[in-house]
Parts: sequence; structure tokens; C-alpha cells
Amino acid sequence: MKEYRPYWVALLVMAALSPIGLYLPELLRAGSAWGEWGLEEVRQMIGYTPSGMERLSDLWKAPIPDYALPGQEEAPLAHRSLSYVLSAVLGVALCGGGTYVLTRWLTKGNR
Amino acid sequence: MHIPDGYLGPPTYLATYAACIPLWGLAARKVRAALAARRAPLLALAAAFSFLVMMFNIPLPGATTGHAVGGVLIAVAVGPWGAALAISIALVIQALLFGDGGITAIGANCLNIAFVMPFTGYAVYRVLSRLLPSRKGQAISAGIGGWLGLTMASFTAALMFGLQPWLHTAGDGRALYAPYPLSVTVPAMVLEHLLLFGLVEALLTGLVVYHLQGSRSAWVLRPAGGEVSQ
Repeated sequence: MKEYRPYWVALLVMAALSPIGLYLPELLRAGSAWGEWGLEEVRQMIGYTPSGMERLSDLWKAPIPDYALPGQEEAPLAHRSLSYVLSAVLGVALCGGGTYVLTRWLTKGNR
Repeated sequence: MHIPDGYLGPPTYLATYAACIPLWGLAARKVRAALAARRAPLLALAAAFSFLVMMFNIPLPGATTGHAVGGVLIAVAVGPWGAALAISIALVIQALLFGDGGITAIGANCLNIAFVMPFTGYAVYRVLSRLLPSRKGQAISAGIGGWLGLTMASFTAALMFGLQPWLHTAGDGRALYAPYPLSVTVPAMVLEHLLLFGLVEALLTGLVVYHLQGSRSAWVLRPAGGEVSQ
């Protein structure tokens, strides 16, 4: 495990820098990613809300939508960047942990 | 490129799930067959790395955003099957916890981002790196792989979006799901990835490969009997 330590440190540095991915698009008024618009945006673009889209769009309520902690969705950018870093750390822990458990199980018995 | 819920109709999202299930099974078998236990943490690292890379949104000023994935870099390190497994896990966590990508679209997003991207990019890397065996050549090959891998994933995502109005349009001409036809989705998604986000992917992939090759960590890129490549 020791040989992997520098990489995990590098990932934590990346997590700390992640708000760049929040600030840059905001500063340059970049808007949503193509094909990831909300219902209201779609309605403004084409003049109506597709009915199937409306039905499926709130099928799932993500606990931390868009990497903003609950109640922080409309918070100022500085607060949201703190949410963003915490989400990044949580994501690293879950992705790393989940994948580690899975691959450990898969490669059990491998040398 | 994370397709949200509501953009794909049931035939498309069910078909993409159906395509992913055997592919995930195959990926798990390939990893079990070829990944040394010592290299298992590398896959965990890869999933976390990809999750983070996707958080760095890159603006196309005044228009839209996108991001790199790191999928081809991961494929160079652990092979495309390992990359597919690691990136799929990152995509599932993004969808369930952060609402980045829909839950009905997990199959579609994994197909594009976790399979199409690493496999396309890795194939390009394998061919080019044989022609350009120098350290710089390897890094450039990986970079071009990243560029084309991400662009190809944007193309298959655009196909999924663009098929929707053809599959599902009500009698009054209104779309039921994603509204734009192929003639709009393909140029929009492919061009932005070809000309901006893919170039960021190329830079990330090439620079990290170049750096790793010259460091004590070069073993990360090497098969060492543990690469999941075929």
C-alpha cells in the first residue's frame, strides 16, 4: 500500500483544487453542458417541455445534487466551492473504497 | 456527456443497460484473470482519479461546459477492461449520489464513457505507440488516444440523443424525450469535444504518461504480468 501513498496525496490535492471546475465556467458564463439542461432550460430552448422528459426527470432525487450539499444549491460561490471540495473528497473515498473492495474480491487468490 | 434522466426513452435506456450487463461481467472476468493482487489498488486509484477529473468543468466561454475523463490514461495503466470497470464505478456513484447523469441513463453513460472511450483510445495508443517507440512518442500516442477516445464517446452519446426524436415524437410533432435530431446533436457534441475538451484530455493524458515514464513510478504503466489488456 505504501507505494500508492503519493498518488492518494495527489488526488487530495486535486480535490482541493476542484473548485476551479466550478469558478471557471461561472466566470466565463459557460452555462450547462450540452444535453444536460434542466426542464426549464429545455422549455426556453424549444418552447415546450417534452412530456416523457418531464415524467422521468425527477425519478431520482440525488442527495447531493450537482455536488452541492443539501441546502447549499443556491448558496454563494464561495460556499458552494466548500461543498464542491467535500463532495470531491467523498467521491474519492467512495470510488476508491468501492473499487478497492470489488477488485480485492475479484483478484483474491491472484498473486 | 452525462446523459440525465428524461433524455432517453425506455427502449434506449433498457437496451444500453442490456448491453452493459454482459460487458461488466466480461470486464470483471478479465480483471480477475489478469490483474495481480498487488495492482488492485491501482484500479481504486483510477476510479477516484476519473471521478475528480470529471469535476473540472472546462468552459466554452458564453456557450457550454465539458470535461476530460482520464479514461485513456487509465487504460494505458491498467488496460481497457480495468478502465471500464473503474470508470463505471465512478459513473454509478456520480449518478446515485450527485445526480450527475441519470439513473435510467447509467447504462448509456457507461457505454459511452466507460467502454467506448477507453477502448477506442487504447486501440489508437497501441497502434501509434508501436510507430513512435520513444518516450515522447509514447506520450504523444497516449495523448492522441485520449483526444480521439473522448471524441468518439461524444459521438456515441450524440447518436443516443439524436435517435430520440426519431423514436419518440407525438402526433403534434412534439418530442417526448431529447428533442434534437442527429443533424444537430452530432455536430454540436463532436465538434466541442474534437476542438476543446478532447484537447484538454490529450494534454492531461500525454503529460501524465510522459511524467510517469520518467519517474520511479514507471511500473504503473508497465504490464509487469498484471496488465489487463486483452
